[in-house]
Amino acid sequence: MEMNFAGLLLMRQELLLAVTILIILIVDMATADHKKHQVIHLALLLFGAVTVAGFLPSTSGSLFGGMYNATPMLTMMKNILNVALLVVLLQSVKWLLKDENHHKASEYFILLFSTLIGMDYMISSGDFLMFYIGLELATIPATVLVAFEKTRNTSAEAGIKFIFSSALSSGILLMGLSIIYGTSGSIYFADVQSAFGNSKLHLLGFIFFISGMGFKISLVPFHFWAADVYEGAPVNITAYLSVISKGAAVFILTILLYKVFSNLKETWETLLYVLSVSTMTIANLFAIRQNNLKRFMAFSSIAQAGFILLGIMGADGAGMTAVVYFMLVYVFTNLAAFGVISSISHESGNETISSYNGLYRTNPLLSLTMMLALFSLAGIPPVAGFFGKFFLFTAAASRGYYILVLIAVLNATISLYYYLRVIKAMFIDHNDQPIAWFKSDVFTRISLLFCIFGVFLTGFFGMVYEYIFRLS
Amino acid sequence: MSILWFFILIPVLTITGILFTKDGRSARVVAASGMLVQLILSVVLLFMYYAQRHAGNTAEMLFLSDYSWFPSLNIRFTTGVDGIAVSMILLTSTVVFAGIFASWEMENLAREFFISLITLATGVFGFFISIDLFTMFLFYELAVIPMYLLIGIWGSGPKEYSAMKLTLMLMGGSALLLVGLLGIYFNSTLENGQHTFNLLQIAELQLPVGVQRYFFPFTFVGFGVLGALFPLHTWSPDGHASAPTAVSMLHAGVLMKLGGYGCFRVAMYLMPTAANEMAWIFIILTTVSVVYGAFGAIWQKDLKYINAYSSVSHCGLVIFALLMMNKTSMNGAVIQMISHGLMTALFFALIGMIYGRTHTRMINEMGGLMKVIPFLSVAYVIAGLASLGLPGLSGFVAEMTVFAGAFQHPDTFHRIATIVVTTSIVVTAVYILRVVGVLLLGPLKNDHFEHLRDARWYERLSAGTLLVAIAGIGIAPLWLSNLIGGSLGPYVTRLAGAITGLNF
Repeated sequence: MEMNFAGLLLMRQELLLAVTILIILIVDMATADHKKHQVIHLALLLFGAVTVAGFLPSTSGSLFGGMYNATPMLTMMKNILNVALLVVLLQSVKWLLKDENHHKASEYFILLFSTLIGMDYMISSGDFLMFYIGLELATIPATVLVAFEKTRNTSAEAGIKFIFSSALSSGILLMGLSIIYGTSGSIYFADVQSAFGNSKLHLLGFIFFISGMGFKISLVPFHFWAADVYEGAPVNITAYLSVISKGAAVFILTILLYKVFSNLKETWETLLYVLSVSTMTIANLFAIRQNNLKRFMAFSSIAQAGFILLGIMGADGAGMTAVVYFMLVYVFTNLAAFGVISSISHESGNETISSYNGLYRTNPLLSLTMMLALFSLAGIPPVAGFFGKFFLFTAAASRGYYILVLIAVLNATISLYYYLRVIKAMFIDHNDQPIAWFKSDVFTRISLLFCIFGVFLTGFFGMVYEYIFRLS
Repeated sequence: MSILWFFILIPVLTITGILFTKDGRSARVVAASGMLVQLILSVVLLFMYYAQRHAGNTAEMLFLSDYSWFPSLNIRFTTGVDGIAVSMILLTSTVVFAGIFASWEMENLAREFFISLITLATGVFGFFISIDLFTMFLFYELAVIPMYLLIGIWGSGPKEYSAMKLTLMLMGGSALLLVGLLGIYFNSTLENGQHTFNLLQIAELQLPVGVQRYFFPFTFVGFGVLGALFPLHTWSPDGHASAPTAVSMLHAGVLMKLGGYGCFRVAMYLMPTAANEMAWIFIILTTVSVVYGAFGAIWQKDLKYINAYSSVSHCGLVIFALLMMNKTSMNGAVIQMISHGLMTALFFALIGMIYGRTHTRMINEMGGLMKVIPFLSVAYVIAGLASLGLPGLSGFVAEMTVFAGAFQHPDTFHRIATIVVTTSIVVTAVYILRVVGVLLLGPLKNDHFEHLRDARWYERLSAGTLLVAIAGIGIAPLWLSNLIGGSLGPYVTRLAGAITGLNF
């Protein structure tokens, strides 16, 4: 298709984001330092509009000779990321308004939107070049964001760790891609798909590729960067990494495995089997020992990635639906938890589980939100996490992996243990000096309310699942 | 909209109502009235069920309703009841109603307490009205998780340990269960190519024997954990001993029945061949359960532990009776579920009331209570007599039917197991009568006990409701037995038809 107006419409999410970035840049230059909060409000408004625009009816098509693809399913994935980013932005307003961050608020938005453009292109990519450019665009600004609180040692340290491990993983990934290119003679997904077989060199390239992606999704044994980076990064960036970064990587992995490496299905099913067992088990065992909530959520989200692999293994229709549906549920769930963590962190600076002791007596609503989020993460009905996990397991069981499902459900039971530890702290443990009562800012409250609605409704309303099913 | 949906709707409305109350006093009134409506509705359901049966409706399940939830996976919310489900619903609403009044004096976070308690009850009601494996599983988990908060916040003793142990063991059980259910789902394909979770449809399809052999252990053990199947019962004594009164009542009285009910309705009904082949393993385990639980109770000094071990023994008897697989014994199993549910709820209610007065649960620290609190003491004696199987009370009917059914097996293996299980009656008599003797009779051991007040009106109401039910079953057993027996036909036919010649 030529690059005409219809083509522009296909690419509207990326283009609108680019325009938003430009507007913020220009407005920022024209705004005095003490009026920066206006930039924040403008950015929220603009991004809200972009998110809404994403939900307008869309068509399928491809641009640039197949480099860029758009289908309703891909648009849905981008929409999920948009919604997640909107929630993260709402939760970070209070933090951005602090004196030390006030002057660099616009950078925060520009960097975040750049990564989102990268992810959108990555999801829509039709060849490995586009895929790789999108991946880098999504990663490099993220390292800056991790080091955003530059006056804090841990943040700077996390930034360095993140850029090193990202560079390493990109290198490994690129190695895989070059072998794939060398053996198949093309970088276009369609050509690679038909040229790919089970030869040794193909497998080698594929294994490099999976390892590189394993870093991005933080699968065990490629997860070592995650806990330190999550702990050091500003709490909203931790939320961003654990939901949006990870979500985009999961989406693209699913697409590539189904679309490009379908001839290697038996190989990658075995690989994912091993990876998911090790990811769930090891992350769960580590999560039990954490006291810092950000580290805790790091291991929790690694474990969740292990569960997602089960869904990917249920190839053909049900697998894709289960993964996308789970990510939608996961966005609401994890961001509800992070909303509480960030709200408390911004208010009182507390980020440990033991500091939450007795929280229910002083802040009942935040505690209840946290409890619902944790139950949803653990997969307890009636909240959406139950349905999300159930469909992931169903997808794996549909391919006959019953033992894997058993391992996964037992792991979910272990995860319940550490989620209950936080609930125990909030509801059961006594504390002489609990975190005092406070009122969260209006943006955080909106975001939490939105997440709670999502956590309840995405599960109960079967049509959400059916809608995603029809798209795939 | 079928009448059955109200069994979910009313608890949900009650919870919503409690959310709007200002304090614990109004919360308990809302909770009590909600559960009173539920109890009345259960009785109405019973009569509607009878009316349908008298009108000649012989369908396996009545009041069917069907709502498509996730069409692409053919997951539906299908409800329906037979006589067994109706009697379990009656049991549940009776125990919940009594439980609300037993926790009338709850002061610490009372609103949250009643919300959690009714959430648990919602799960139980939902489980009993479902005939669809997906919603059954959903409600099963919904019933288990509030236990953590209920024991952890309002419990006593090593409550955090017990709450965590109980939750994790039951969730581990549901892990096995989930695998079993998914296995059943993917191996029952309808004519249109879709899989189904619907119990009746799966039963019609007849699962292949290989599938049954693979998934029966998962399903049976998964439900068995909740039914306190030896050696996976260890959550039960700790959990019950640490839980607050109403929670012990509801948990031992109703929630443990979900285990037995699931074993029977899902595992054995859908996989009869495997059930016949593997019954001997579980017969041995339940025999151990029954005897071990009874002896465990003898050793305990804490009233709640005594009753908790006694529950292990009685719930073991339920599964034992189910595995005997003839009409008499299965009928006995369901009566035993109900009888034990009422009895144990009464026990836990009385223990809670006695503890609220004496502030100890150790039997050797108490004595002569009959003189100071006659109502509670007499009720305790009646519960005890029902538990050891005195004719005229519900326990006798249940145990008699179970043993009569079990003795119908002529072979040595079943005979020996039955005889071993029967000895538990004697052991039960020992620990019940010992407790009654030490606790209620003899001289007052502690001067502080002289001024204890006897039961208040709400306590009388709570215990009275249960006493009436226990005596009712004991006096007119046929009434319940016909209700259950009328629905056992399909189960007995399937299980008997599936015997593969593997006998002992």
